[in-house]
Formats: sequence, C-alpha cells, structure tokens
Amino acid sequence: MSPAVHEFISLDLPAMLTGTLAVLTCALLGNFLLLKRQSLMGDAISHSVLPGLVAGFMVAGSRATLPMFVGAAIAGLVTVALVGLVRRFGKLESGAAMGVVFSVLFALGVVLIERGAARGVDLDPNCVLNGDLERVFWLPPASWSELLTWGTMAQLPRELVTLAIMAALAAALICVFFKELRVSAFDPALAAAVGMRPGLVNLMLMLVVAAAVVASFEAVGSILVVAMLVCPPAAARMCTDRLAPQVWCSAAMAIGIGLGGYAAAVHLPSLWGSEQSLSAAGMMTAVAGMVLAVAIVASPRHGVLGRAVRRRTAAVSIAREDLLANLYRASEIGAAPMQPVTGALAQRALRQAIERGEVAIDSRGPRLTGLGREAAAALVRAHRLWESYLVRHADLAPDHVHPTAMDLEHITDPAMTRKLAEASAGGTVDPHGRPIPPV
Amino acid sequence: MPEAWPGFDEVVRVLTLRAGHNSAVVVLAATLLGIAAGSIGSLALLRKRAMMGDCLAHCTLPGICTAFLATVWLGGEGRSLPVLLLGATASGILGVLCVQGIIRYTRLKEDAAIASVLSVFFGVGIVLLSAIQSLATGNQGGLSHFIYGQTAAMSVRDAAMMGGAALVAFAVSAALFKEFRLVCFDDRFAAAIGVRVGAVDLLMMGLVVLVTVIGLQAVGLVLIVAMLIIPAAAARFWTERFGRVFVLAGLIGGASGYLGSTASALLPRLPAGAVIVLSAGTLFLICMMVAPSRGIIAGSLRLMRLRLRIATDHYLRAMYESAEIDGAVRRRVPIAAMARERGWPGWVARGLTWWLARRGLIVAAAGDAGFTDRGLEEGRRITRNHRLWEEFLVTHAHLAASHVDRSADLVEHSLSQEVVEALETALRQRGTLPAVPPSVHPIGGPRA
Repeated sequence: MSPAVHEFISLDLPAMLTGTLAVLTCALLGNFLLLKRQSLMGDAISHSVLPGLVAGFMVAGSRATLPMFVGAAIAGLVTVALVGLVRRFGKLESGAAMGVVFSVLFALGVVLIERGAARGVDLDPNCVLNGDLERVFWLPPASWSELLTWGTMAQLPRELVTLAIMAALAAALICVFFKELRVSAFDPALAAAVGMRPGLVNLMLMLVVAAAVVASFEAVGSILVVAMLVCPPAAARMCTDRLAPQVWCSAAMAIGIGLGGYAAAVHLPSLWGSEQSLSAAGMMTAVAGMVLAVAIVASPRHGVLGRAVRRRTAAVSIAREDLLANLYRASEIGAAPMQPVTGALAQRALRQAIERGEVAIDSRGPRLTGLGREAAAALVRAHRLWESYLVRHADLAPDHVHPTAMDLEHITDPAMTRKLAEASAGGTVDPHGRPIPPV
Repeated sequence: MPEAWPGFDEVVRVLTLRAGHNSAVVVLAATLLGIAAGSIGSLALLRKRAMMGDCLAHCTLPGICTAFLATVWLGGEGRSLPVLLLGATASGILGVLCVQGIIRYTRLKEDAAIASVLSVFFGVGIVLLSAIQSLATGNQGGLSHFIYGQTAAMSVRDAAMMGGAALVAFAVSAALFKEFRLVCFDDRFAAAIGVRVGAVDLLMMGLVVLVTVIGLQAVGLVLIVAMLIIPAAAARFWTERFGRVFVLAGLIGGASGYLGSTASALLPRLPAGAVIVLSAGTLFLICMMVAPSRGIIAGSLRLMRLRLRIATDHYLRAMYESAEIDGAVRRRVPIAAMARERGWPGWVARGLTWWLARRGLIVAAAGDAGFTDRGLEEGRRITRNHRLWEEFLVTHAHLAASHVDRSADLVEHSLSQEVVEALETALRQRGTLPAVPPSVHPIGGPRA
C-alpha cells in the first residue's frame, strides 16, 4: 500500500476509531441519564473516578487496564453512595450534594497523583483530564493482504480494543434491558410496582457509566466524557419524542461527531498554515456542541425556529377566524361597515381570508362570502355553545365566560360542537341572550 | 507518608504567619479566598444554583484562551492578568446565559443544560489551548495553571485581590441584605411585592463570577467549585437564618483556606489547592456529624429517644391491658408472655423492664412486673389515648373495628392535650365516656 494510506491506517485510523467509539458508548448510555435528569451525575462520576484511577494505577504500577477499571468502578460506586448519603443526612439538594462529593474526591485524586509522583509513578493529570488520542497508534504491515490476519489484529492498540468492547457491552445492555431502562426512566414508581427493580437497574447503569468513563478517559479525557454523555442524547431528544428513535439518532450523531471532530482537528490547522493538529478530544466536543446548537435551533418539531414559525402561523389563523366571527356578529346586528383593517397581523389575517375565499372586498369594505359565512357561523356557534355549557355545567357567571369561549372556539372541531349541543339540551340562545346559529 | 514530620515549632511558626514572607502571603491569600468564596457560595447554595458555579468555572477557559490569543495577535505580551481575567469573566457570563437560554427555550432540563454548556465550553477551551501550545511564541506556558491553580505561587497582589473580593462581597451583601434574603427564600413573593428579582439575581451571579475568576489562579477551576459549595453546605447544618449562614460559611471557608495552605506549606509534595479542598471536606464532615439540630449524631439521638419512648409506652399499655382483662389492674404481669405477644426479643424486654423500674413506673421481681401508682396513671393515660383514637376512627372515619389498632399504635404517643380534649368532645357527643373506654376490638391473641 502507498505510504500515505499506510500512515493513515497506522496513525489516524486507530485514533479516529477510538475517539468515535468513546463518543458512541457515552452517547448510548447518556440517553438514559438524560431522561432520569441525572446528566450531572455523569459529570460527577467523571471527576470523582480520578482517585480510583490513581489508586489502581499505583497498585498496578502501570497503566494496565484491569486495576484501573476496578479502581474506577469502586470510585463510581462510592460516588453514587456518598451522594445519596449526603442528600439524605445532609438534606442538601442533589446538585449541591454532587458538588461536595465529586470535588472532594477529585481533590483526593490530585493529592494522590502528587504523592505518587514522589515515588516515581508517572501519571500525568493533564492526560487524565484531556485525553491523549494522539498517542493511539498501530503498526500494521505494509501490504493489504496481511492486514486482516490475526497477528496484526493482535497488535491493535489497547485503548481501541477496550473501547470496542465497551461499546459492544453498552449496546448489548441497552438491547437486553431496554424495557426496564425505559420504564424506570419514565416512571420509576411503576417500574417498582411491576417488579422491574429500578434501583438495581439504576445501579447497573451507573456502574456501566463509570466503566465507560474509564475506558474513554484515555481517548477523550474524563471531563470531556461529560459532553459525550449529554450532547448527542440532548440533540436527539430535540428531534424526536420516542425512546428507540432517540437512541438510534444519538448513535448516528455520535458517529458523525467522532469522525467529523477528528477530521476537523487534523485538517483545520492547515487553514492558518500550522502543521500541528488541534486537540482531537476538544474538537469533538466543539462539534458536539455545534450539533446540539443546530438541533436546538433547527429541529422541526421542537426547535426554536420551528416553534416560532408555528406560533406565527397559528397567530395568523386565529386572527383570521376572529375576523370572520366579527364580521358575522356585525352583520347580525346590522352594524355599519367595518373600518379599514390596520396592523400587520390583522392585514395578514385579512389577506389569508381573501385567499381562502371567505372574505371579499367590495365598495363598502370586507364582506363575508357564502363560504366565509358558513365558517363564521360554525365559529360563533361553538363560541355560544361553550358559553352555555360553562354557565350551566361549570357554574361560571355569565360575564366571566366570554374570554374562555373566545379561546376555545378556535380548537373546537365539529364532533366537539355536537357534544356541546347535546349538553345544552337544545337551547337556542346563549347566556347573553343571543341566538346560537343553527347547524 | 512524608519523609519527615514537621516539628511543633515549625507548625506554630507557619500558623502564625512567621515562617517566611512567601508562606505567610500564601496562607493569608488562601484564607481570604476561603472567606470570599464561602460566603458568596452560600448565596448560590440558598438560591439552589450550586452547580451553576461549576458551570461558571468551566466556562471561563475559552475566554482565557481567547484573551490570550487576542493579545498575542495584537502584538502584546499575552500573559497580562487583567486581560485574561476579563476574558474569563466574559465567557463565564456567556456560559451562564446559554444555560438559562436552554432552560427557557427548549425542552431540556436544568441538569442537561448545565452539563452540556459546561463541557462544550471547556472542550472549546481545550481546543484553543492546544492551538496556543502550537504557536511559535514562548509565552503560552502557565495558562494551564488556570485549570489546576498555583496556590503556592500566589503573590501579595493576589492576596490583595482576594481581600478586595471579600470586601466587595460583604459590602454588597450588607447593602442588599433584605433583598438577597427574600429572593433566596421566596422569589415569587419577592417579585409580587416589587423586588426586582432579575436584577438581584444578576448581582448575585456577578459576585459569584468575581470570586470564581479571582480564585481561578489560586485553586484552579476544578476546585474553586468546592470552595463555593462546601463551606456553605457545612454552614447550613448549624442554622437556618440567612445572615448567619452567610457569615458562618465565610468563616468555615476561611478556616479551610488557612488549614489547607498551612498543611501544604508544612508537608512536602501536597498541592495546596487540593489540600484546601480536603480541609473543607473534613470540616463539612465534622459539621454534618456534630451540628446540634441538623447533624447526624443529634438526629440519631433524637430518634433513639423517640424509639425508647414508644417502646415504654407500648410496654405500659400491654401491662395495663393484660391486667385489665380481669379487672385487677394492680396485678403482676408475667414479662415473658408480654414480650412474646409484642414480638420483643428477650434483651429488649429486660432492658425496658430495667428502664421503667428505674423511672419508678413499675416494680419488677421474679419475672413479673407490677404498676406503681405513677405507672398506673401513665398506663391508663396511654391506653386511654389509644382507645380514644380507635373510637374516633370507628365512629367518625368509618373504619372497621379490626383495622384501627395499628393506626392507634402509632398515634397514641403523639396525642397532645388539645387533641385528647377534642377527641373527648367528639366522642362525648355520642354518649357518656368512661375513664378508659372499652376496646373496640378483642385484646390478646397474636399481634402483628
């Protein structure tokens, strides 16, 4: 293979895959933390595993995976337990309790690192916090045919293999325990009542999160794991309402963030002529933030833009219906023709009514067409039926029902109008004495 | 463990700030920072925004790096402290605004908002930091000290800044004491009576920003959060009053700063910032245990006293009821049978017997217990409460007679005089009321 491809496979590919797998694992698990409103617990765990990592490191004397995993898992359990204790006995709110526990544990970790450094044990705190993706590499052979042999696969970097296992584990756990996770996220009381043991499920989730934090800290650092736990699930949550699509969507976003972030970190510096790439972990976080920002703004259902557009549309539609109802009422009492319509919203409403053929402009001003008269009659009928209902069945005073009926008339469909008519027992006038338009 | 423990003289010298200019400055600065951070942190804690300080601290990183890059690009030195702190403040405030925007305009909740903004800003900061490190200039070293702090390298200027921050915090809080207190405890009421809650919140947040930014270089951004939250949480165990929490949190913070920096000066290879936080954590633990009303020890003692009272009440009532069966209330009752009925282990029965005998309510001999006069009164009173409550539940709440014993078991201990009189009134309307009403259900037999 060519030198460039070889360089890519040995330097870039492992790091890219490692980072992406870290993002994917955290994103999958983070979905459930997000729903349980425990995203900050991910923040707390990723700070407080530090003493566990350092202890494991000092016990093993090297960065061997297993002792650090065990140390971090213990630290994760201790964190969850301590936060619970501080909340119960200290009567603190959960945010404060987490802040107390994780900052003390983190300080303990920093002290342990310093003391350990005195004994020649070398664990760089920077690396623990920020990750060291750039040091993940592989030495594949020079030809394609030998690439997929067992010998070369066995030389894959340890971080990559660990994260691959973690990602598979997380995915498997989510598939196997999907029901339990879903019910205990949305309704813990129901989960307890039907015997799904939400306490155990929660504990399992926290343990796996702690393990994912450890596996990921070498790639993206323990603090940036928080971004991966929150941003892809949050962005997916903005896009969909159901859990399974949310998990899939967050997984897809995670993969995009991992690959895109790494690519940006490597290629962006060439924009200003620098040879050295930026921090890949930081870049992935920045990309995750951008994805979240885009989802917040542009998501069709819940995004800021979408909601603003829908509000505008609804406002115009409601104003149009108000216009029709007013023209109808004016014609009921034979009032003078309407004043010219002023105001941007009212003019838009008028335009929409004309486009729909409900209003026509003649020499005397806006006038209801046949179509418009029908629509207006239906609206006024709904309005007056609501007023009768509220006075008769809800015991409201007659002078209190108009604003409520004004709101309700816009969302009353014909089936509801029929039910209201039945409830009013065939009455033909509203509480103010005005006739209810017939069907 | 350290190679050589410091001698007593050395400890005293450091504690009294006589061990050299540098260590004196460091101890002083750390103490002032503890006072400032602790008292301002109490505002955040009472306003239920403790994690906002964490978010604020992490969000300062991109601002610091941007300020550095900007000054370098404009041809300056790069490490000018006021500019860096200005950048930190600006991006910290921007982060807080982002969090509040997310909470208000999206369906994401507070925890997700804080966690996402915190980590994304920090990640962007890491990117900028790596960009700085790849620059050709030689001045970028030391920016990472904003992450970890360099307590031991604090100068007189730093101490002065921290003292100034503490003064500003006290002055502002004293001036706006009533408004702060009201907004912390009931912001809707405050808004209703015309207090500008938004402005007060902004001012509180400004104080938090001030302390965070100044404390960044002392203990680093990860640990400044601890100094904001832990002293305030510890102070909360001692009092419920706002002013006292504020002052006490400052004192506890100052104490942790003092103790931590002293320990770090005496013992080698202990990073000062971390040790300060550990001192704060230790003080928190101590407060959690020993505080009189909200502490764990006091709470456990209260619980034990309550349990003892409940158990002795049950004992006396059991005695009264078993003697009542054939009308001879002074008869001696076999303790073992009573214990079996009540489900008490042997040692519990023996302990209660001893305790009640000590209090002069019973006389115990040869496995039997009998009432004294006082004990009889007490037993009658308890049984009366129990029966009154049972009657009330049956006649007024329409519960079945077989269902009321458990509830009365719990309630009989806490009926005050007014409640008993009210029960008597309610029941007397139904007819005459004997001194101890008869039980609505059969007594004896297996009891749950």
